[in-house]
Amino acid sequence: MRTLNKITLFALALIIAFGMVGCQKKQAGGVVIHVLTMDQAGLKPAEIDQIAREFETLNPDIKVSMEYVGYDYVHDKIVTGMAATPPGYDAAMIDVIWPDEFIKAGYLLDVTNRVTADMKANMFPASWNGVTRNGKIYGMPWLMDVKYFMYNKDILTKAGIAAPPTTWEELIAQATTIKQQGLVEFPIIWSWNQKEGVVCDFTVLLFGNGGAFLDASGKPVFNNEKGVQVLTWMKQSLDAGLSNPSSVSSDENAVEADFMAGKSAFAVNWLFQYSDSNDATKSQIVGQAALAPMPVFAAGAAAGIKGSSVDGSSSFAIMATSRYPDQTWKFLTYLASNEVQTKYSAEMLPVWQNDFQGDALAKLLAATPNNPVTVPAFLAQFPYANERPTVAYYNEASAALQLAIQEALTGVKTPQQALDEAAAKWVSLASK
Amino acid sequence: MTTISPTRPRRQLSLRQQDLRTGWLLVIPALLVILGVTLWPIIYTFILSFYHAPTGINQVRTFVGLGNYLEMIKDQTFWETIGRTMYFTIVSVGLEMVLGMAIAQLIHSHPWGWKFLRFSLIIPWAVPTIVNGAMWRWIYSADFGALNGLLMQLGLIKHYVPWLTFPNLAMPLVILADVWHTMPFVALILQAALATLPLELDEAAAVDGANAFQRFWQIRLPLLRPAILVALIARAVDAFRVFDIVYIITSSGPANRTLTITYLTYLNTFPWGNQGIGASLSFLISIFTISMALIFIRFLYHPEETQ
Repeated sequence: MRTLNKITLFALALIIAFGMVGCQKKQAGGVVIHVLTMDQAGLKPAEIDQIAREFETLNPDIKVSMEYVGYDYVHDKIVTGMAATPPGYDAAMIDVIWPDEFIKAGYLLDVTNRVTADMKANMFPASWNGVTRNGKIYGMPWLMDVKYFMYNKDILTKAGIAAPPTTWEELIAQATTIKQQGLVEFPIIWSWNQKEGVVCDFTVLLFGNGGAFLDASGKPVFNNEKGVQVLTWMKQSLDAGLSNPSSVSSDENAVEADFMAGKSAFAVNWLFQYSDSNDATKSQIVGQAALAPMPVFAAGAAAGIKGSSVDGSSSFAIMATSRYPDQTWKFLTYLASNEVQTKYSAEMLPVWQNDFQGDALAKLLAATPNNPVTVPAFLAQFPYANERPTVAYYNEASAALQLAIQEALTGVKTPQQALDEAAAKWVSLASK
Repeated sequence: MTTISPTRPRRQLSLRQQDLRTGWLLVIPALLVILGVTLWPIIYTFILSFYHAPTGINQVRTFVGLGNYLEMIKDQTFWETIGRTMYFTIVSVGLEMVLGMAIAQLIHSHPWGWKFLRFSLIIPWAVPTIVNGAMWRWIYSADFGALNGLLMQLGLIKHYVPWLTFPNLAMPLVILADVWHTMPFVALILQAALATLPLELDEAAAVDGANAFQRFWQIRLPLLRPAILVALIARAVDAFRVFDIVYIITSSGPANRTLTITYLTYLNTFPWGNQGIGASLSFLISIFTISMALIFIRFLYHPEETQ
């Protein structure tokens, strides 16, 4: 009897100890799919939650558990989520710069056979480029975004400026006028802190000056005279007090906050800034924000460059080890459907090119008050969206470039020296 | 003729032995879990540090021996980062010790409102580091920050200052945020230790003509040495591994001027996918922190002097 008690106690202790480790919530009836996305660009969490609830009503056997984190945390959450079995997420938002790394890591499910002919034919070809490698498709296009040039109409009017700039040289002239008139202290705000945003802005400027990241052989060329001219221009705009010095510590959210407070006449940011600028609960400049095609450098324009921005698209990918790929694909298909994307187009325009044609275009323009402005702006800007390098080591390469740009902007190194060191790092990474 | 061998008498366990066995039986499951979640990751990380180990599912890992360690030791960024982390540790912990001791002394002298002061100390310490970082990031904000607002109102500056964009100022500002957050920990430990010191020594010294500074320097400080040692080791080890406050306030910028060794480990392990390098950096951090603790113990731990 005494032995029996001991065995019982031992078994009980074992159950409690291991039971605590293996705790997992189970949903009665149907499955729960876990989806990770960002709380920044694109739709707001409340909107995606609403879409998820609509989907659940149509599919009572599938529950959707959404998780939202800032953009800066999505990548690492995916990496740590994939260390578990089953994975932490069934699907996750994938930025356009991550597919190569994640495909190499074996994280993404090949969904080529799930993509319908309708999707292939009617979604923008560029949206498929972001998730297609070696003929295989690894995600569902979701957000097509580029950086836009935004300006404050009221400030330009007060300064007597009739139209926004078409070249970066004109921007400097207009900013000088605005500063001299004391309308704002620092007319231009950028996201130049040591994060991906500074590489995005550098991409916009580099390609607008006729530059590029890599040549045809894959060798870095962003440190040639075109790249050095761009970085020198960035530094000079700070030194002249035309670009806000806080740009060096600002991300896109800080840029938006500054612009919405009426402290800047010009800003470069993703589309969400436009809709937020017209939201009276957040913005002090409701009705003053306007979009214009991104300027280019005069030398770039002379060389025939008509526009330059950066592709900031993202997709949703199913995790390779997900237990519920079918249910997850069903949700992603709903999330990216024409109807849903048109209905929720205030901050994120559809990935469907047929939504921008004929009767569908009229419907899209009428869908939200922002669309009459954002749809033409998208159609004008997206064709000039430039890609950042599609390499598996992109994050580390980007970090080297972020450092170089910051070193030049803070005067630690000359633009040439800083870019040369970053280029050398890229060569070293490519050879590994 | 058959012989019957005598049965071997069953060994009887004493009551103490039986209790011991039962105790072990009850503890083993929990012990297995604890070892599984603490010891195994350490062993696994140590093994990983000898491999080229890219992040991913079923990735091929290549044994590189001490390659990851040698790569780091040869890397200029690594040594710059170590130097920066040492700077953070020395200045941050130094300030915390000096300020913590001053405040502990103040509370110990029981001035008016000392109980409120002691209670107030808990507030910064109770704030989670992430929240503390976010708060100070806003305080330092160039366009909306409280620091600029205060200095403008006092007439000390004419224009808002983008504090976090200056390469040589960013780290001191992170240190200030860290000191505000963790100094109370030091103050409370030292104040608790002060409260246990015998009053007779202090009073006897006063009778002998020792002034307040002499009594502090020659009597209280030596007696406080064990408490100082505890606070110093706890804070120095913690400060050397600083990550979250840097992540939130500066993200290692501007121009890497707040890049600390734990941040470099994080970058290698997660964003860059170099798990082998990340693992080797983790062990190098351990070597540094253990060395620091041993140095402190060697120079400060003299139990015979405080007895």
